[in-house]
Amino acid sequence: MKDFNYHSAKDSKEASKLASSSSAFLAGGMTTIPSMKLGLATYKDLIDIKNIKKLSGIKVSGKSVTIGAATKHVEVSNSKDVKKAIPSLSSLAEGIGDPQVRNRGTIGGSIANNDPSADYPSACIALNATIHTNERKIEAAKFFKGMFETALKKGELIEAIEFQIPEKSSYQKHPNPASRYAIVGVYVAKHKEDVNVAVTGAKSCVYNDKEMSKALSGNFSSSSIDGMDLDSSEMNSDMHASADFRASLVVTQAKKAVDAC
Amino acid sequence: MASLVGSRVERKEDKRFLTGKGRYTADINLANQTYAIFVRSPHARASIKKLNIDKALKSSGVVSILTGKEIADDKIGGLIAGWAIRSEDGTEMKCPGNPPLAKDNVNFVGDPVAVVIAESLEEAKEAAEKVEVDYKVLKAVTSTADAMNGDTIHEGIEKNLCFDWLLGDRQKVKEAFDKADKVISIDIINNRLIPNAMEPRACVADFNAASEEITLYTTSQNPHLSRLIMSAFGNVAPEHKLRVVAPDVGGGFGSKINVYNEDIVCSWAAKKINRAIKWVAERSESFLTDIHGRDHVTHAELAVSKDGKFLGFKNETIANLGAYARVFGTVTPTYLFGPCATGVYEIPAAYTNVKAVYTNTAPVDAYRGAGRPEATYTIERLVEKASMELGIDKTELRIKNFPTAFPFKQTLVHTVDSGDYVAGMEKAKQMADYKGFEARRKESEAKGKLRGIGVTSYFEACGIAPSAAVMSLGCGVGLWESAEVRFNPTGQVTVYTGSHSHGQSHQTTFAQIAADELGVPIENIDIVHGDTDKGTFGMGTYGSRSLAVGGIAIVNACKKIVEKGKRVTAKMLEANPEDVEFKDGEFIVSKSNKKKTIGEVAFACYLPGVRDEMKSPLPEGDEPGLKETSFYDPSNFSFPAGTHIAEVEIDPETGHVKLEKYTACDDFGRIINPMVVEGQVHGGLAQGIGQALYENAEYDETGQLMTGSYMDYTMPRADNFPEFNIGYTCTHATTNPLGVKGCGEAGAIAAPPTVMNAVIDALGGQEVTMPATAEKVWKACKNLKKSNAKAA
Repeated sequence: MKDFNYHSAKDSKEASKLASSSSAFLAGGMTTIPSMKLGLATYKDLIDIKNIKKLSGIKVSGKSVTIGAATKHVEVSNSKDVKKAIPSLSSLAEGIGDPQVRNRGTIGGSIANNDPSADYPSACIALNATIHTNERKIEAAKFFKGMFETALKKGELIEAIEFQIPEKSSYQKHPNPASRYAIVGVYVAKHKEDVNVAVTGAKSCVYNDKEMSKALSGNFSSSSIDGMDLDSSEMNSDMHASADFRASLVVTQAKKAVDAC
Repeated sequence: MASLVGSRVERKEDKRFLTGKGRYTADINLANQTYAIFVRSPHARASIKKLNIDKALKSSGVVSILTGKEIADDKIGGLIAGWAIRSEDGTEMKCPGNPPLAKDNVNFVGDPVAVVIAESLEEAKEAAEKVEVDYKVLKAVTSTADAMNGDTIHEGIEKNLCFDWLLGDRQKVKEAFDKADKVISIDIINNRLIPNAMEPRACVADFNAASEEITLYTTSQNPHLSRLIMSAFGNVAPEHKLRVVAPDVGGGFGSKINVYNEDIVCSWAAKKINRAIKWVAERSESFLTDIHGRDHVTHAELAVSKDGKFLGFKNETIANLGAYARVFGTVTPTYLFGPCATGVYEIPAAYTNVKAVYTNTAPVDAYRGAGRPEATYTIERLVEKASMELGIDKTELRIKNFPTAFPFKQTLVHTVDSGDYVAGMEKAKQMADYKGFEARRKESEAKGKLRGIGVTSYFEACGIAPSAAVMSLGCGVGLWESAEVRFNPTGQVTVYTGSHSHGQSHQTTFAQIAADELGVPIENIDIVHGDTDKGTFGMGTYGSRSLAVGGIAIVNACKKIVEKGKRVTAKMLEANPEDVEFKDGEFIVSKSNKKKTIGEVAFACYLPGVRDEMKSPLPEGDEPGLKETSFYDPSNFSFPAGTHIAEVEIDPETGHVKLEKYTACDDFGRIINPMVVEGQVHGGLAQGIGQALYENAEYDETGQLMTGSYMDYTMPRADNFPEFNIGYTCTHATTNPLGVKGCGEAGAIAAPPTVMNAVIDALGGQEVTMPATAEKVWKACKNLKKSNAKAA
């Protein structure tokens, strides 16, 4: 690992001020630090945001669950409030990586990184989340731009994620047996007006599967998507799963999610 | 005194391991030490056009940079294959040179070309990045099946063929096949595995300019053998000026048998720079440069009569050696493989033909089971297929072909001294509720799942090995073992063994044996291993040999102690030695009932004289002291055996295979410590199931390792396994005084075919290659649905 400057910011303002074109915010460091160790990324400055108190914690209101960006996965999975309001979100957090990752990694870090196989982005899409940054509010549908790409600007820091509480929801993942990242993860959420079917792992970026959403909005039953033949041309294909297998898994996991709702 | 052999004695080593007091090679730091980083080839096959170290030498903290040129100039030898194999046509095997630092050519990704030695690890890394190597990249050969058609990797080794070896009689087999009612044939791949010991390899080399002695601390399963190889072939130092210490070692599984490039380079360089050098592998280096295991492509056939008797067997295998032939690289796919190819069955005619090929991949060598898992996988997959094609129950078909009497003279090489294969099968069936399977299958089907059951009956040749036998087959050393038992004057015992524990619990089980033999409390017995300065020569630990060979050496040395004790007691008590009996630590004169404890005798042995009450003139011809050595050379291999049964449930929509039940009923002969044996069985099963369902080392066509980290190489985890159902039948080995057989490799040998037979049973006989990943199984489920629809 190359030398770098370490800063511990006391608030979002200071963190943002320290940011430059060769800096990174450091929360759990579950991606940043291995990337630096492997020489895949080098930064002049690492700005630690873990000590910014405002960024941690969970608040539940009648309509939404708001989770601070530096909240760890284990805190989300253990939260009684989250379990009660959106049980699927709690179980998603419980299935991320391994105990070490869950005790270090944060929700904000996961979303800012936007790994195509990460779990949390699907929750944001399915639960109509609003991403609160130090500058503005961004709808989840407009936040995830592409592989490892988000709407965040340089120096912009996620402060919290606000999830809409659905009527019913479930997250089902087919994990990569080695890394336990999602080969395919499908988050189905039934809201009053509509149904979201958010898919992670299958393509270069998380997306809402319109075809399945439409079918399920009409009839919220796994039979309405059974046998659906999805177009696999944009699906990822690697040594762990071909595009065709992923396309099939998207439907299978969506069915499982609907059945589990 | 109650016997300790057979009881669940708590492990003596646990306290230090569980409290972080283990002392591994990476824990060793010497005064004024330097740090080494190896510059490795990023290409699978290339020639080195130019190597420039000028910039790197100027980097901060650099002490020295050494390359293939210096190592060649100093006439340091290369890495070697320890076993000479002859081809069917009588020609010798062909092995390329394997210099510790490549000078002209590199042959796999990770092949080292230079070592950078610096004051700190960071500085060594920084400088290593500045070493400039100009490679001419050549086309790599990576496929096992196609290696013989690829470009020639090593000059003069045509078709990349190391040897084309035959064991058995082709003509007899042809005759058997001509008479057969049916021939069952199979094409299988035994997938390449990466051993992944928990502790990555490491070494610390030191040079003492005063005594001119090199000391190498290293992660080795066999320090004495490493010293011999480094001295005799590596030309690093004469044996008496080279000390090799393998302290606590965190798992080996065969991957730490070899002397590696880093061992030789660091030892040689420490003397050259007159400073200690430390090197610790990063995990990615372990993936790339530790020896890999398995990697066979096999076509096999079984000739059967219509009533299910096996008549003949043939096995045509291509075995991948990787870039170079290493210590057990050539014997693993031959003498550890071929003689076990016919399994636990009476098959009148058989042959095994192995073509061992070089490829531009990491060297392949002995990995837990070494050759026997590959042999067992082939025959047990064939037998399962035969049961399907003949419509004979899989357990009945096996029993029908088991030997009816012991000793069982096998078709190819071995004479199995003892066993009861039918009893093992019956017990396994009962443990697994084999009868209840059909009901469980229906329950699964009602849930939309597919359920399968798989059986394997295996035997393995362990206790490696009778020296006369292995030397006649081309082995470079005898594979006996030594032990030295030393009494202190005050009665405690130190046992030195030439075997090595890197997770096998020798400190406990060997102490149990010595405690029983000598009647000394176990807490007064220490087991010492892993240091060429302590104890006599030894061959180390692999091939389930430590107990069946090393343990017997301890027994024999203890027996010599007791014999001397009898003579000394007789002299002390003025009796005839023939009238002295030894029991529970006491020497008793049968006629007078007078006695001496073994502690008193030991004390007397060190004080040969008369003073006050104390009277111990030694018998004539006996020297003072109480210390005995034994070199034990076994008369035969030992032959553990057993039957394993697995049950899987498959979700046809996702292809997910859930291992529902796993039953292992093994015959390890006499069991010294059941708790330790359970640990060995669990570990072996985890690795065997890992091979069947999860693990796979994959190279792309350019020779880059695609599965070079835990993100892509699936190490099985606890939640991948059900509770293992473990039982034993214990027929004692007749060829050693303890009746022991060995248990370290059984799980890794039996589990892959057991699990795969269950998966393939669930899939209605459709073949799937290992590992049976979700996608492969999903595809097979789709085909099954199609063919079922057609049939309907």
